[in-house]
Amino acid sequence: MSKLYTGAEIVFKCLEDQEVEYIFGYPGGAVLPIYDELKNHSSIKHILVRHEQGAGHAAEGYARSSGKPGVVLVTSGPGATNVVTALTDAYMDSIPLVCISGQVPTHLIGTDAFQECDTTGITRPCTKHNWLVKDIKELPKVMHEAFKVATTGRPGPVLIDIPKDIQFAKTNYTKFKKEKKLNGKIHNKFSENEINQLIDLISKAKKPVVYTGGGVINSGPQASETLKEFVRLIGFPITSTLQGLGAFPGDDNQFIGMLGMHGTYEANNAMHDCDLLINIGARFDDRITGKIDEFSPKSKKVHIDIDPSSINKIIKVDLAIVGDVNEVIKSAIKKINKKQNGLKDSNKQRISKWWEQIQKWRTKDSLGFINSDKEIKPQHAVKRLYELTKNQDTFITTEVGQHQMWAAQHYKFNKPNRWMTSGGLGTMGYGLPAAVGVQIAHPDKLVIDIAGEASVLMTIQEMSTAVQYNLPIKIFILNNQYMGMVRQWQELLHEKNYSESYSEALPDFVKLAEAYGCKGIKADNPDELDDKIKEMLDYKGPVIFDCHVDPNENCFPMIPSGKPHNQMILGPNDKEENKITGKGKSLV
Amino acid sequence: MSSPKSAYSIPTKKGKLDTHIFVVWVDNESGVLARVVGLFSGRGYNIESLAVAEVDATKNISRITIVTTGTPQVIDQIKLQLKKLVPVHKVADFKREDKKVIFKEMALLKIVAKKKKIEKCLKECKKFNPVILDKTNKSVVVQITALRREIDKMSKKLKPYGLTSTSRTGAIAMTRGADTFK
Ligand SMILES: Cc1ncc(C[n+]2csc(CCOP(=O)(O)OP(=O)(O)O)c2C)c(N)n1
Ligand SMILES: [Mg+2]
Repeated sequence: MSKLYTGAEIVFKCLEDQEVEYIFGYPGGAVLPIYDELKNHSSIKHILVRHEQGAGHAAEGYARSSGKPGVVLVTSGPGATNVVTALTDAYMDSIPLVCISGQVPTHLIGTDAFQECDTTGITRPCTKHNWLVKDIKELPKVMHEAFKVATTGRPGPVLIDIPKDIQFAKTNYTKFKKEKKLNGKIHNKFSENEINQLIDLISKAKKPVVYTGGGVINSGPQASETLKEFVRLIGFPITSTLQGLGAFPGDDNQFIGMLGMHGTYEANNAMHDCDLLINIGARFDDRITGKIDEFSPKSKKVHIDIDPSSINKIIKVDLAIVGDVNEVIKSAIKKINKKQNGLKDSNKQRISKWWEQIQKWRTKDSLGFINSDKEIKPQHAVKRLYELTKNQDTFITTEVGQHQMWAAQHYKFNKPNRWMTSGGLGTMGYGLPAAVGVQIAHPDKLVIDIAGEASVLMTIQEMSTAVQYNLPIKIFILNNQYMGMVRQWQELLHEKNYSESYSEALPDFVKLAEAYGCKGIKADNPDELDDKIKEMLDYKGPVIFDCHVDPNENCFPMIPSGKPHNQMILGPNDKEENKITGKGKSLV
Repeated sequence: MSSPKSAYSIPTKKGKLDTHIFVVWVDNESGVLARVVGLFSGRGYNIESLAVAEVDATKNISRITIVTTGTPQVIDQIKLQLKKLVPVHKVADFKREDKKVIFKEMALLKIVAKKKKIEKCLKECKKFNPVILDKTNKSVVVQITALRREIDKMSKKLKPYGLTSTSRTGAIAMTRGADTFK
């Protein structure tokens, strides 16, 4: 008879066979057998976080920056409920996570036992799938299936709930061989005919725009290369969602900036006026579309996505191509090169007027702001941070708020997997633990969390994790003493009633940094900003940088979401500023 | 519309609602019904009726029949979202008007009344394959099979004759002819 292994051993055997190197976790009674087994598996390193939400976000940061699934280990009850925010975040942004949770022994399930909760019930709507393993014989299969579900098709989080008695129970294990091409529930059967239709539309459009999203990043680094080739070949302007930044070089002339609620004037106007819109791996999110009825009214719409349920969910499209982004655009390139060699030149002519129009929009300089020599403007801070770090391979995470939008607008990304931000769920407290996970995946790279002072306090305890594992993450706080994004809405929509959005009693972030055993730096004068940023970059360990910025700055441009794309509010530089009135108020 | 200062977009005008019957083949495992029903409640889809039972004991397959209403766009979404669930094998979707599909619902009706009234009831039920399952001198339990709206009508009609209790299965469906849904 073959050797029998305990459930805890099986967990690690599976993780080893899945080539997992790191687990982000926090122990507790219901997972102790698994923690006990940890010492016997030297290829797997456990990163002890300070809150289970931090474990989840760290695993997300790890996954987004490395392309590998993030693994999380938590105990039953409060351990599991604490990770729910991170699972939901990963679900919304399609990040592959495998979360293992302990559960009370099977015979106690349903008795309101100590630290029991219905974990699979709670996490059902925020995972792609979850399992409660009640039979040890199921465990190996479930573990491997979990990795498959998390990483194939449109990626996402999964959870495996393992009762404590199952962790002790024994069964045999046969070595698992990873399939080369996993197919699971993925859809990659687009037809040649669809590619032909796409090329036909491309060769006729006079005012085209390519709109890309996180799907390009999820399709793997190769997809970004293919995208570059494709966009250069067809010569179209390209815009990106928040999640898609980095798939196409941010400093390239064909890139017209991010689109959507805080997107550029040129990107949003191009979306509105175009006659062909090619959506690649994005999902027509409501922060992107603005008013649905007036969304890109004159265009033929193409949607390329791996998730069939994303097609026609919000915006009806004329051509849907369901498949892996990389595969689809690769075959489009092939076809163009084979059949339509002249396309590049004919396109150039056909859309030259359109490019002229886009240049005109560009002169609005919609990301412009009035700089100051007395106060640090937050946009200026991000710009300086970019200038001083652009020569290194830098990874940026963010929290949620104005600082997040300024980071997206003013930091230029040239490669995929370098930008980690919570888009779908908009989770304050995401950036710091995500930076921990990114630094774990890339120990020698520069990792910066562009943070807000309110957000960062939600998961500040993960500084301890950074210190424990010598992770030199840089927390760059744009400290405006406000929940700035809330304050901005209140200013524009609620008659300046700044209800509860002032950050009263903020900690001294320099002292806080020191209390955690890392370096604190404070800057409140534009003259000293560069030197202080350099000081931060030169320091080998983790840093909290308290950058005091103008508390009253607003984030522009902005489409109040009741409005279509061509009715944006521009910044203070713009004379004919639109005011938000009536119906628009309900829409932000 | 909610308060004018609440978040997000104003709902645009609703399209025409159609009634559809979804037949979903799933692994008969714990939690699978919760996944399907949770999908409907979580995304705000409506469930008019629901019928579920295992249909293949060796392969552990259950067949779930759900009657729902929605705009064409919503119906499309329901189908695509259902297909994404891991334990779901296949999803069929029929319009209620579809002539190629048989829809049936079973009901048990308990009538407590004098003999004469009971007889009248049974006569009314004649069209719907009545089977008398239980009879005393003041009551009868009768089983009928019919369309949902026919049973609705019957319930209303029989109330004055002493219908005291109704139990219904929800609609189930099957295609006509030799073909099966692949
Ligand atoms: C967990 C969570 N709670 C509440 C919100 C709503 N919210 C969005 S932005 C924001 C303010 C963030 O303030 P800060 O981190 O200081 O960033 P700023 O906008 O000032 O740059 C709030 C409260 C949220 N996104 N996430
Ligand atoms: Mg702030």
